[in-house]
Amino acid sequence: MFKYIIKRLLVGVVTLFALMTITFFLMHLIPGSPFAGEMQGVSAEVKEQIIKAYQLDQPIIVQYGTYLKNFFSGNFGNSMARKGVPIVTIISNGLPYTAKIGLSAFIVAIVIGILLGAVSAFSKKAWIQGLSAFVATIGVSVPSFLFALFLMYVFGVHLKILPIMGLKSWKHFIMPSLALALSPVAMISRLTRSSLTEEMRQDYMTLALSKGTPYRRVIFKHALKNAVIPVVTYAGPLLATLLTGSFVVESMFTIPGIGSEFVSSVSGRDYTLIMALTVLYGSLVIIANILTDIISAMIDPRIRLK
Amino acid sequence: MSEMVENVKLEDNTNLELPENAFEKLPEDEKNNEFIAMKSRSYFQDVWFQFKKNKLAVVSLVFIIIMILAAIFIPMFSRYSYDAQDLSNTNVGPCLDHWFGTDKFGRDIFIRVMYGARISLSVGFAAAAINLVIGIIWGGLCGYIGGNFDMILMRIVDIIYSVPTLLYVILIMLIFGSNIFSVLLAICISSWVGLARQVRAQVMAQKEQEYALAARVIGASDTRILFKHLVKNSIGPIIVNTTLMVPNAIFTEAFLSFVGIGISIPMASWGTMANDARAIMMTQPLQMVWPVMAICLTMLALNFIGDGLNQALDPKKR
Repeated sequence: MFKYIIKRLLVGVVTLFALMTITFFLMHLIPGSPFAGEMQGVSAEVKEQIIKAYQLDQPIIVQYGTYLKNFFSGNFGNSMARKGVPIVTIISNGLPYTAKIGLSAFIVAIVIGILLGAVSAFSKKAWIQGLSAFVATIGVSVPSFLFALFLMYVFGVHLKILPIMGLKSWKHFIMPSLALALSPVAMISRLTRSSLTEEMRQDYMTLALSKGTPYRRVIFKHALKNAVIPVVTYAGPLLATLLTGSFVVESMFTIPGIGSEFVSSVSGRDYTLIMALTVLYGSLVIIANILTDIISAMIDPRIRLK
Repeated sequence: MSEMVENVKLEDNTNLELPENAFEKLPEDEKNNEFIAMKSRSYFQDVWFQFKKNKLAVVSLVFIIIMILAAIFIPMFSRYSYDAQDLSNTNVGPCLDHWFGTDKFGRDIFIRVMYGARISLSVGFAAAAINLVIGIIWGGLCGYIGGNFDMILMRIVDIIYSVPTLLYVILIMLIFGSNIFSVLLAICISSWVGLARQVRAQVMAQKEQEYALAARVIGASDTRILFKHLVKNSIGPIIVNTTLMVPNAIFTEAFLSFVGIGISIPMASWGTMANDARAIMMTQPLQMVWPVMAICLTMLALNFIGDGLNQALDPKKR
């Protein structure tokens, strides 16, 4: 187990390194420079000085070497768009908001998704079936930006029960989290439903029931435990995505998180920030994948870690 | 041993003479009992037969076909175009001249929705087709060849899998400019990975089956075994995955245009129209309704088709 984790982490580091390399060279292909906006009316000497200060005059391979050297000594550099602000500050300012919303969206998605899927797999009531089919359909057919708009319009503007911007109290978190959770809820309820119905058809379920195990115990102890594997596989990468936030939701609810940086860093050619975000997202995905595999193996001994 | 066999044979011979009345003529109407009346169907005929049973999926398919035809032909014969402004007729409500009304520049919204359908549907189907080809070849080769080859190619898949998609999409949009081809490239760059993984898993499982060995024994070439047999036998999950890729691509395009880096103005896409309408949502809510309805109905229809195919392709789910 320990050996397995170490091996996976090593592979993860190599993956991350490759990802950094690709991103570094790709982002220098974008036409324009981070200072294009401020360079108008500036003398040639000053221009040269600025370029030199950020080492943008060096050959790209040298720049890459310098970046790696700084990176591994724990220096992520300063933002190029917001002068003098360290990358660490930008991320540590924005990440708490984003992570809070992402985490609550994750919990909502898991709890409601599994509940809805399980209920619709067992219940014979028409309205429950209808409700779960409705949520699953809405979740896959409505883009999150439209759902966010809809929520704002109904609860913020019309009913005036939820605030539409800012982050002062827990009430502010409700709409962004719901907007983020919509499509995961639909996916998870579908996965749970289909794997539960599949699991209920297995022979060991019939055996357990015929031995006289109470129905409730059969469902929770046997069926749900085995049926949750596809959900775990889906939830791992989902957590990584949710924790890094969503551009749409953050810009709509004016949340100062890092989700919107994914767009603004690229359009502002903020090279250092782009790299930091790539590393952050990449390592989250890699860790989430390792966790997914370990949890799956813990739930189902048939899955062996190798 | 051989003696016994001979004995049996002898016995058989002696018993061969049966009396005439031991048999009875079959009545005329029972003669055809063993005849299979149903026409034998190929796999895809069977899938179509099952698909037709799902009314929702059929309605959705009809809807998508009408949408495709409308997107192709209506702009050809319409007297409006997506960028023709008519400043004397701005923000008109739905009427006979303008079915969906006009926007703040007096452009006909109905025709813009149709142009948007052209972009969304072509992006969606093209992305799905590209992903299908790359995913099958990449995943198929990995699963079939295995070993170090598989290891290296799957590591590449792992790297692409951990790419922050949004960031890369924007990088590509900025490098190649805002046009439909870079939107397509940006969508395709990471979405084939899932399919490749799936195809690989399927091929790895299929290649252990006896029929694959049998094909090899007869002397079928590797390409033939891989693409004619292994891939074809795992076509069900592949098709379902591909149908779900169409709505995903349409989503991404709408999102990119909504954010303002997708299709450049004045070209109409459902995403740009929704974004334009957002500013005047309070006064002209109808202008928001049309593109939103187009996006949601198309998504819904494509998802229903995907569900229908899923049921039809997998005998276990019937």
